[in-house]
Amino acid sequence: MKKAFLPLLLLAAAMFAYAPVVIAHADYESTMGLVQKVMYFHAPSGMVMLISAVVCGVASALYLWKKDPAADRVAIAAAELTALFGLIVLVTGPLWARKAWGVWWVWEARLTMSFVGWLIAVGYLFVRKYGGPGSDKLGAALAVFGTANVPFIYVSVNIWRTMHPMTTVVPTLQPGMRGAFWFSALTLFLLYGLLLTARIHLERQRTALDQLYLAEED
Amino acid sequence: MMRRLLLVVWLLAGVAAPVLAFQPPAAQSEYVPVKDLPPVDQLPAAPLLVAAYSFIWLAAMFYLWTIWRRLGKVEAEMRALEQRRTHSSR
Repeated sequence: MKKAFLPLLLLAAAMFAYAPVVIAHADYESTMGLVQKVMYFHAPSGMVMLISAVVCGVASALYLWKKDPAADRVAIAAAELTALFGLIVLVTGPLWARKAWGVWWVWEARLTMSFVGWLIAVGYLFVRKYGGPGSDKLGAALAVFGTANVPFIYVSVNIWRTMHPMTTVVPTLQPGMRGAFWFSALTLFLLYGLLLTARIHLERQRTALDQLYLAEED
Repeated sequence: MMRRLLLVVWLLAGVAAPVLAFQPPAAQSEYVPVKDLPPVDQLPAAPLLVAAYSFIWLAAMFYLWTIWRRLGKVEAEMRALEQRRTHSSR
């Protein structure tokens, strides 16, 4: 993986740089026009945020159950990426909403639950940084709680009356929009995989450093 | 007679309704400058789109840089510790 990391990172950067060309050629949406093209970054970022929250929650559950430090390393890396992609969602969404809805923010179900999901990820990171001894288990429990929020974020647009587009939008995208969407999604999934790998590696090195200090004390 | 008359009226209405429905929209009676549109319609979309794309680039690059920086610190500390251990074992 170490050998493949740099070429894959360059590939992700090239895809990211080329994405605006693909998106520019995608069909214009009939009611929103140009600003709808924010969707090509916003929606895949939301998908990555939700996937990352699930990865964090599953890894945390494994850590609580099996006490496997490797699972904890995955959990902390995924939590940081949930916070990062959550921030991207919470910034790009209002940029779209300002033109499409006439307001930056509305306290409706999807937006509020996404914000809560992001706060849980940030809360996890604060607990891990400042929680002291036992914060690993406390954080893991919080991450499991955060994962329980994910299905609610996803279905919120179908259950409650919201201004946010429904989950049927992506599966029913027209061929003129579908290619650009999945190109952007693939780019962000690749970027997520690479950032997660790099972050797990950092956590592994930190564990190795802690072991070196412990060996020196002995 | 009355029944025939009603039938003719009904048929005419049945034909007239789609014909009327396909009439072109009313001609524009006045021009409205863009500045007189509601604020949301005046707002240009391109800067919002560019801002969204740029933010993702900046966030991803910044995060990658923080990983690289943190990794550099940890590895430098590991090297220093290894050197200290080597010196003390001599």
